[in-house]
Amino acid sequence: MSQAVLEAESAPAQRMDLLRFATAGSVDDGKSTLIGRLLYDTKSIFADQLDAVEAVSAARGDEYTNLALLTDGLRAEREQGITIDVAYRYFATPRRKFIIADTPGHIQYTRNMVTGASTADLALILVDARKGLVEQSRRHAFLTSLLRVPHLVLCINKMDLVDWDKDIYDKIADEFTSFAAKLEITDLTIIPVSALNGDNIASRSENSPWYEGPSLLHHLEHVHIASDRNLVDVRFPVQYVIRPQSTTVTDYRGYAGQVASGVLKPGDEVLVLPSGLTSTIAGIDTADGPVAEAFPPMSVTVRLSDEIDISRGDMICRPHNAPAVAQDIEAMICWMDETAPLRIGAKYAIKHTTRTARTVVRGLQYRLDVNTLHRDDTAGELGLNEIGRVKLRTTVPLLADEYRRNRTTGGFILIDESTNRTVGAGMIIEAQ
Amino acid sequence: MSQPKPYRVSHLDALEAESIFVMREVMAEFERPVLLFSGGKDSIVMLRLAEKAFAPARIPFPVMHIDTGHNFPEVLDYRDSRVATLGLNLVVASVQEAIDTGLVRELPDGTRNRIQTPVLLAAVEKYRFDALFGGARRDEEKARAKERMFSFRDEFGQWDPKNQRPELWGLYNGKHHPGESIRVFPLSNWTELDVWHYIERENIPLPSIYYAHDREVVERDGMHYAVNEFIRLREGEAAQVRRVRYRTVGDASQTAAVLSDADTVEKVIAEVAATRITERGATRGDDKVSEAAMEDRKREGYF
Repeated sequence: MSQAVLEAESAPAQRMDLLRFATAGSVDDGKSTLIGRLLYDTKSIFADQLDAVEAVSAARGDEYTNLALLTDGLRAEREQGITIDVAYRYFATPRRKFIIADTPGHIQYTRNMVTGASTADLALILVDARKGLVEQSRRHAFLTSLLRVPHLVLCINKMDLVDWDKDIYDKIADEFTSFAAKLEITDLTIIPVSALNGDNIASRSENSPWYEGPSLLHHLEHVHIASDRNLVDVRFPVQYVIRPQSTTVTDYRGYAGQVASGVLKPGDEVLVLPSGLTSTIAGIDTADGPVAEAFPPMSVTVRLSDEIDISRGDMICRPHNAPAVAQDIEAMICWMDETAPLRIGAKYAIKHTTRTARTVVRGLQYRLDVNTLHRDDTAGELGLNEIGRVKLRTTVPLLADEYRRNRTTGGFILIDESTNRTVGAGMIIEAQ
Repeated sequence: MSQPKPYRVSHLDALEAESIFVMREVMAEFERPVLLFSGGKDSIVMLRLAEKAFAPARIPFPVMHIDTGHNFPEVLDYRDSRVATLGLNLVVASVQEAIDTGLVRELPDGTRNRIQTPVLLAAVEKYRFDALFGGARRDEEKARAKERMFSFRDEFGQWDPKNQRPELWGLYNGKHHPGESIRVFPLSNWTELDVWHYIERENIPLPSIYYAHDREVVERDGMHYAVNEFIRLREGEAAQVRRVRYRTVGDASQTAAVLSDADTVEKVIAEVAATRITERGATRGDDKVSEAAMEDRKREGYF
């Protein structure tokens, strides 16, 4: 293990940044073992957790301490040896704090992969070197591109079981690269690993002299994510209006929210949607005092020079760079409800940024086979874990961008109005 | 042209921004939120985030303490002074009162962690709270690692791990029917070390028991319990004065101290960074019952 990793704890907290990544793999690809290994090698596993895992491993008759048990939290998961739900894990090195969204790989859990990928800076896909690419590998790569995860890592795992054969690595890498070329994947890194033995995880392995790339951890620590943010298009969805009812603070009216994209500065001319009124930024406040600039993902409070009527769900942007004010939306939708399919004509609640409205499904243009990318334009509905291109009409305008341009102002969820369940996730293709 | 700016955001800034976003989201979408405040470090950090989320206005919701009656006096004093300083409305739901009125029955072993749940649920019903902020973190325990930021609870306060709402982007679904509620965990993505780094950065005062002090303790099952009105010496046990601090603050009858010389926040951070035992594993008798103790309590309506 590298010295840098050992010194993780003493690093000044202010210099670290945050990387969120989602992991996906088939049931037996060794994903939980890989995560267990990352946690173990960065000293993020505690002695009592390891003791518990060793005890359970021994009780089950495992031949080695099964690191996969570290991540399987629920009773049914431990009993059945499967992962049911997205689990979040944490570890840190001197450079970064990492949040892992660990998503199960079973066919029926596309929903979880989409959920984990929605906020991820990076997606990590595992394949078993003995099996090569399987249907699920392609599905996961497709979902990574659909959700616009900026960076993708393919770990070819269990290389120890194929004697670290470079030809096997090359064959899988070539096949994956040519498949990825058909998708919109901007950054792809392929790493041969053995999660069980820790090869190429925290440091480069001597077993793969032919591999010249970084270890997984080195890559995670150094992959450049600062430029993934959209700092061009000013989008500030108003979340909450702060108006103190107090004798000491009078006449304060601030618009609280988290910057979705762009950079806001006092003095900037702004356009407020949907009203279309303009004003200038009088100040940007935080509890620690005013700031000269606000950019993603800062949570701030914006004050404007003019008294105009603004409420939750409105959007502050720039006069010459504004989102669409749209009631007709075309989007890719991933359906997440097992109780009922998405049907043409059905109505749902829709939550988009801080705005909630109602919507009706006007049409289903096609259902996409996520394995073959074949478009079925005869489909009449979308079932659980199915993805399709859908036309929606909303009761009030959404202030929307294309998802490919802006993951925050381009994503929405659909909610069943009787059960209140979150039933669909949408990525806007066109808004007018 | 000037150099392009990096627009850097540290991990603590990112965590703070996310927690503030979540708190504002709740305030905007719920009728009657309440923040569960125990006087423990996580709820103290949560309270600071609430101050920040709504400044310069006051925190716009009350705080509630589920009082097991097994308290550390330092923590109760801290609770009261914090509430007074911030001008907050404090609701105390008393387990002792619930025992006296027959709502719950004292367990044979005298522990009160488990019987807190009906007391909490009764208070939620009485005050019709629809959103409850809790300071739980996903790194604490593996059932918590699978819980959502907005955790839906039915009219019995129960958590159903197999039936959770997917959370995508920053879009939290807080819709619920009357009688149902949402537990909200703004610190979900924080680790114990993050919490301590934040306490240091924000210069947040804590109850004194979080820092090293001399205390009369008894060693039991490898843990050091304070000898006080809740924990009495059993036959054959001997008390001794040791230098200790508390890593967590829970029911005083079940929370153990750890041996420590860390009497400043810097020393605590160094100690937390080097420790190899989880905070609950080191200090909580209540989690040692079974592999799934936390999962079971959550299903019953626990935080």
